[in-house]
Amino acid sequence: MGNSCAVIGVGQTYYTTKRRDVSIAGLVREAALRALEDAGLTFKDIDAVVVGKAPDLFEGVMMPEAYLADALGAAGKPMMRVHTAGSVGGSTALVGASLIQGGVHDRVLVVAFEKQSESNATWALSTHLPFNASLVVGAGGYFAPHIREYMRRSGAPEHIGTLVAVKDRQNALKNPYAHLKIPGINRQMVESTPMLWEPIRYLETCPSSDGACAMVLASESAVTGTPAWVHGTAMRSEPIFRAGRDTVNPQGGKDCAADVYRQAGIADPRRDIDVAETYVPFSWYEPMWLENLGFAAEGEGWKLTESGATALDGDIPWNASGGVLSSNPIGASGLIRFAEAAQQVRGMAGEHQVDGARRALGHAYGGGAQFFAMWVVGREKP
Amino acid sequence: MRDVAVVAFAQTHHTDHDTGVSEPELILPAIDEVREKTGLRSFGFTCSGSCDYLAGAPFSFVSALDALGAWPPISESHVEMDGAWALYEAWVRLQHGDVDTALVYGFGKSSLGNLRTIMTLQLDPYYLEPLGLDQLSMAGLQASALGAPQEELDEIVRRSRADGRANPYALDLPLEGGEPPITDGAAAVVLAAGDRAGELCANPAYIRGIAHRIEPHYLGMRDLSRSVSAADAARAAGVGKGRVEVAELHAQFAHEEIILRQALELPAETVINPSGGPLAANPVMATGLIRIGEAASHILDGRAARTVGHAAGGPCLQHNLVTVLEA
Repeated sequence: MGNSCAVIGVGQTYYTTKRRDVSIAGLVREAALRALEDAGLTFKDIDAVVVGKAPDLFEGVMMPEAYLADALGAAGKPMMRVHTAGSVGGSTALVGASLIQGGVHDRVLVVAFEKQSESNATWALSTHLPFNASLVVGAGGYFAPHIREYMRRSGAPEHIGTLVAVKDRQNALKNPYAHLKIPGINRQMVESTPMLWEPIRYLETCPSSDGACAMVLASESAVTGTPAWVHGTAMRSEPIFRAGRDTVNPQGGKDCAADVYRQAGIADPRRDIDVAETYVPFSWYEPMWLENLGFAAEGEGWKLTESGATALDGDIPWNASGGVLSSNPIGASGLIRFAEAAQQVRGMAGEHQVDGARRALGHAYGGGAQFFAMWVVGREKP
Repeated sequence: MRDVAVVAFAQTHHTDHDTGVSEPELILPAIDEVREKTGLRSFGFTCSGSCDYLAGAPFSFVSALDALGAWPPISESHVEMDGAWALYEAWVRLQHGDVDTALVYGFGKSSLGNLRTIMTLQLDPYYLEPLGLDQLSMAGLQASALGAPQEELDEIVRRSRADGRANPYALDLPLEGGEPPITDGAAAVVLAAGDRAGELCANPAYIRGIAHRIEPHYLGMRDLSRSVSAADAARAAGVGKGRVEVAELHAQFAHEEIILRQALELPAETVINPSGGPLAANPVMATGLIRIGEAASHILDGRAARTVGHAAGGPCLQHNLVTVLEA
């Protein structure tokens, strides 16, 4: 894992459908300045900048990091651009952390964003590579069959997805940055919304958001303020078209979790982790990832959700921030998970703080549930 | 820093037209070749560079995983940058000390669209892109800022194209005309750290320095006749600490070679782009990685002891990466 690395600053924009008041550069700079302010630093203190975002077609700007170099104070410094599909926000944090763990830099600014209002993500996801078949389904249409297969295998009752949709939106009411804030959100409200992709209803899916998230990462000698220490980092990828891969409970996710738990010394994630920020863009992915990440045995994840264990006052809160279901600037969504995990162990999560959180998991996935990025952060230095 | 070396390099026989192969099919031979050269089937880390806009669809790197046969799942990442930056990310990852080998690849099929226009979409979308300056117009601005004699530029093109004709992987192109060719192609590199490097090949090309720098995006904020970022990266990588026998520069246009040569402070005796360089084969997203691979090849083959590989990105050499390789 290399040298010690800590999160010393976190900055987020308010997530919303359309940020008409700022350019893409203005959006990322807003998050970056907040992260720097949190760390008590300025752009001058930063050695390198790592930018992440999902496909460039989402804004219609090819490799926008070239244009964003000025707004992020990167001129004269190394700058990297990460793209690993939906997991990219998580990967961006890991590439930034790697620069510190590898002893190359002492302070790295990582920034991820999406300004979905500039284009149409479902359209951008539906075009296909030459010589390849197009599914023309967007993300919801792609993942719905996987969810139905999960329900078939596990025998989960149909209302489980609704419970997650309600729980995450209730948490969002406590997060000032969250996009979807639905006062009085309840099961009836979710169940009365249109069916988009069986079994996913409108309120069981993530919104389209504009937003950016930034973090300042530091080596041990360069820590300022309140650190969240990185206890483990891991990435895994598997081929989308491999016959026989299990897309419902992917091996890549299991291996990635095992790797990051080993580094962090976690034997039982449900016991050893205090709070998890996981990538749940469709409600049913909570029980699915509970199993994939080892918080529940296979086929048992939905029971954990149903019991209320993953609620803010449960024994293992998942997505105390409201999660991807409440805010989804796609390229940033993974980094927000990693950043919210850090805020929890820094004790700086505000109203959605989980009392006494000492260790937190940040998780992101992407592509056809084939790219995984995870980290474990803790209050104590490893 | 931990000793990390290029231990294998492979590239496709680049073409100036679409041969009908998919991207995984394009990559596969290069991956197979470096696997064969090193005897490695799996790697501690994998990183690639590609660009969605070349194919006009999202996730160009997703199907590339099928070419790797990434099973069991691999530790892997991707940059939306030239493969040279994927190599940089892999070099950083190898510094952690827990893994010893990395596979790096870059690929692109420029034949699928209008590359000159596509590159316009890389500009500031509010103030620059609407002006409609394509890649050639921007190169023209930089060339006129430099103001090098036409004969000098023509000679660079002539030399590059002649060298390219002697390079089995490059294109066979006329000796006149200064545009980089539209090219489809891919390249792969294997990095190995510590003792593994010596075990995997006879003459590892050790990365003695690697650094990159970006500069302001707006052309008006830069002196286009110089490359400050290339000069900074070269100093950070330690180019001047010894004699450079060969330098492979990511110069897509003749005037860029002059600017880079100056920025890297390369003396007259340094051989520039003996492969023919990007003027002889320019598979965008692999071109920079190929420069490092070509520079490493001279050491892998025992023909040189110290070489430099350079990669560039962004309009008019906005972003530059410099690698110093030693026997």
